[in-house]
Amino acid sequence: MMQQLHKGHLGRDSSPGAQGEHKQDKRMLAATIQDRAFKHISLLAALAVLALVVVIVYQLTTNAWEAISRYRLGFVLSSVWDPVFHDYGALPFVFGTVVSSLLALLIAVPLSLGVAIFLSEIATAKLRRPIIFLVEVLASIPSVIYGLWGIFVLVPLVRQSQPFFQRWFGFLPIFQGPPFGYSLLAAAIILAIMIIPTITSLSRDALAAVPNHQREASYALGASHWETIKNVVLPYNKSGIIAAVMLGLGRALGETMAVTMVIGNMPQISASLFMPAQTMASLIANEFGEAVSPLHVSALMEIGLLLFLVTLLINVLAKFLTTRTKHKGVQK
Amino acid sequence: MNKRRKLTDKLMTILPILSVLITILPLISISVYLVYKGVQYLNVQFLTELPKPVGQPGGGMANSIVGSGIVVGLAGLIGVPIAVLAGIYLAEYGRKTKLAAVVRFFADVLQGVPSIVIGIVAYAVVVIPMGSFSAVAGAAALAMMLIPFLTRTTEEALLTVPQDVKEAGLALGQPQWRVVLGIVLRSARGPIMTGVMLGIARIAGETAPLLFTALNNRFWHNGLNGPISTLTVQIYNYAISPFTDWNGQAWSGALVLVLLVTGLNILVRTLARSRYSERS
Amino acid sequence: MGKRSLVVALVLMLTLSTAGTALANLQINGAGASFPFPIYSRWFDEYRQIDPAVQINYQSIGSGGGISQITARTVDFGATDGPMTDEALAELDRKLLHIPTVIGAVSVVYNIPGVDSGLKLTGDILADIYLGEITNWNDARIAEINSDIVLPHLSIAVARRSDGSGTTFTFSDYLSSVSETWKNRVGAGNALRWPVGLGAKGNEGVAGLVRQLPGAIGYVEQAYAEQNNLSQAALQNKAGNYIMPSLEGASLAAAGVDMPSDFRVSIVNAAGEQAYPIATFTWLLVYENAFDEAVGGKLAEFLLWAVTEGAPYAEELHYAPLPAEVAEMVKDTLKQLHFNGTPFLQ
Repeated sequence: MMQQLHKGHLGRDSSPGAQGEHKQDKRMLAATIQDRAFKHISLLAALAVLALVVVIVYQLTTNAWEAISRYRLGFVLSSVWDPVFHDYGALPFVFGTVVSSLLALLIAVPLSLGVAIFLSEIATAKLRRPIIFLVEVLASIPSVIYGLWGIFVLVPLVRQSQPFFQRWFGFLPIFQGPPFGYSLLAAAIILAIMIIPTITSLSRDALAAVPNHQREASYALGASHWETIKNVVLPYNKSGIIAAVMLGLGRALGETMAVTMVIGNMPQISASLFMPAQTMASLIANEFGEAVSPLHVSALMEIGLLLFLVTLLINVLAKFLTTRTKHKGVQK
Repeated sequence: MNKRRKLTDKLMTILPILSVLITILPLISISVYLVYKGVQYLNVQFLTELPKPVGQPGGGMANSIVGSGIVVGLAGLIGVPIAVLAGIYLAEYGRKTKLAAVVRFFADVLQGVPSIVIGIVAYAVVVIPMGSFSAVAGAAALAMMLIPFLTRTTEEALLTVPQDVKEAGLALGQPQWRVVLGIVLRSARGPIMTGVMLGIARIAGETAPLLFTALNNRFWHNGLNGPISTLTVQIYNYAISPFTDWNGQAWSGALVLVLLVTGLNILVRTLARSRYSERS
Repeated sequence: MGKRSLVVALVLMLTLSTAGTALANLQINGAGASFPFPIYSRWFDEYRQIDPAVQINYQSIGSGGGISQITARTVDFGATDGPMTDEALAELDRKLLHIPTVIGAVSVVYNIPGVDSGLKLTGDILADIYLGEITNWNDARIAEINSDIVLPHLSIAVARRSDGSGTTFTFSDYLSSVSETWKNRVGAGNALRWPVGLGAKGNEGVAGLVRQLPGAIGYVEQAYAEQNNLSQAALQNKAGNYIMPSLEGASLAAAGVDMPSDFRVSIVNAAGEQAYPIATFTWLLVYENAFDEAVGGKLAEFLLWAVTEGAPYAEELHYAPLPAEVAEMVKDTLKQLHFNGTPFLQ
């Protein structure tokens, strides 16, 4: 419809001479010029979005080039980060980023799905509203405030809880080490809290897309409430839920401030949840302002580039999954 | 249903309820601490004075509060027009073109770019050429975060405008751009403003993009081409500092920030919701 | 909500953004070391009364940051307490000067519940703690020299800087001078490849971490230790005496030094009987030929004030003022500061 309108309108504009009167002619011409100008301005703005991508990729790549050409693939495989002897490798930061984010998912996904199921399958309309509201509030809290809370509340809590874990599960390497509090675990918990709203609201959308007749059919077959949720509702829109989880992951990977404030900033690969670590984002936050040697700056830029590419990939995958869901929704 | 199934059913429906409670727990803890710790240093001095030198008690965050307003406002000045125009292109002109699809795609994907990455790009693009950390650089970084989000929000808002409204305008012989600006944009202004406010609230809480762009300032900023203090960066600096006074002020700053950001968020969402429910 | 409120908001923003402009004629921006931040922020605050037309905004981002930002010319001056290398200086197209401002001691601070004071350490033990060889406070080697206090069975949480830091430079310079293993495995620098430890940003961050964390040991500029009532360890100096960090100890460390004309000198592990072993000069970094005439002139005036009338403030904050002969050398150097050939000071 819109398409036709465009054509019809433009068609009229393109043949101003057909109109008899001169004045009208002029007005039409002016309108055409204005129309074209406005269209081009808006086109320019749209192109600005693309320019943004180009600028980001170009700046990161050119600034990282020294490190890229020097280390090639070895960059992500080396665990040395040594600003004194100028040797840089990203492995500990990749480790810290991936492990803290995966741990965060481990905590956040069950909780988010629980909340989403509660909202779409269990709660009454009266209860639903305030809970959605609270989740939205959780999403709107700035990252630096999570960090502040992390330093003064969560980190001491993690520190105090460690002796307990060590006494009962101390034989497991993941609970060993001295009680610092500043740790992978603290970072993972903060991240989990921060991504729960994302995963919750998106998977709630996914659950809401499940048509009611599916549920009714399940009940008609004698399934219980839980069986219906487990066997019908959740599987129906799996890709939507996976997309929600991926977007949560994307957010966790790139989160900077809150993590920087609680993770302890130690570039090491350790089996213990209670040991400090460092993520790619927190490394940049800590060192970018002060990197003196060009290679150091360049290595940090490459870390930024890697982070950009990984989050880009995850977001692209999530996007494909959600578009697939939408199509599915349309077909049914 | 046999007993076991019934029991499982009961148990399993408890789990979601439990998840809700666990999820809300940190929110309660954060709110309690924010209020309890935040009010201790929140007074007139805090809201009207500059920071004191290291280790001296007293002083406030007036410059940071105003600074945040300026940087975020500037980001809005840069970002909102571009994003709204881009949204117009996607909804009205580009529509089904390949270009629009590509723009749409990247606008979606850009929203997931880590803010620290935006920060170092802005450092390379604005700070280095300008030769100074500046409010403008901070605003540019925030605008980069605002544009993708707002472009899509605007597009979606414009698409909700009914066809007959547009047709009516065009039928009156108005040029298309006036129809778009005067009729389409106007009828979609509610959701667009909601988007603008949500976007503003979102960037107002950002710290990472400002670390290497706006830097910070002990005083009032001196022009927009110099360093400027922002609430978020100041909270970060004070939070990791050893000074009891500064730790306390970090909580007060956090309380102010949350009242502004989360407050704006809640306000906008409540307004938007009541508007929708009025219509339906 | 609508167009009008948007316009109002925009106008408001513009008014606000120009509001600050009227307050100062000139704002000078500097960044760098957190080591002298307490004295600098005090100085810059006091100096506003001397010259109300100037505001000096100093951001404590670490010495590495001071060096890199003055090199990139994103700030008007830098600050560091780990001097720049010859290579780094040679790469610049204008001569950058190190102007010493004060001397400070690096305190080794600890948080051991039940032990508020009295801990003694040798350089060797300190190096081994930071190498991860000694991991518990009840280690026999620590107990041996601390027979008068009871040390608990408690893991040592090593705290260190996560940012490039001159305090780190001084500390690691000291460890290198007392421990061969440290020298070969880690070395001295603004940022290191740390064998162990929790990273925190700035002297502020390390002090904050030590205050928060039982079992922690860290190194911070003395002012941070004093202001936060952190327990400080006595360190064995070259002469074999255990010395608490102090203004006098830092002064004595600088007393015997043979000051080169570019002021880049290390005074760790000094020889004096009562000299404190981890002390350093801290420097402001300014271009000899200023890029901006007004900024360069005001900076020169400020620096002259700092090394003369500013000195008493230093003592208040536990920094040692420059020895008289060094202060004279600085005054001569300040006369070399110029804008395209015109000196700022007579």
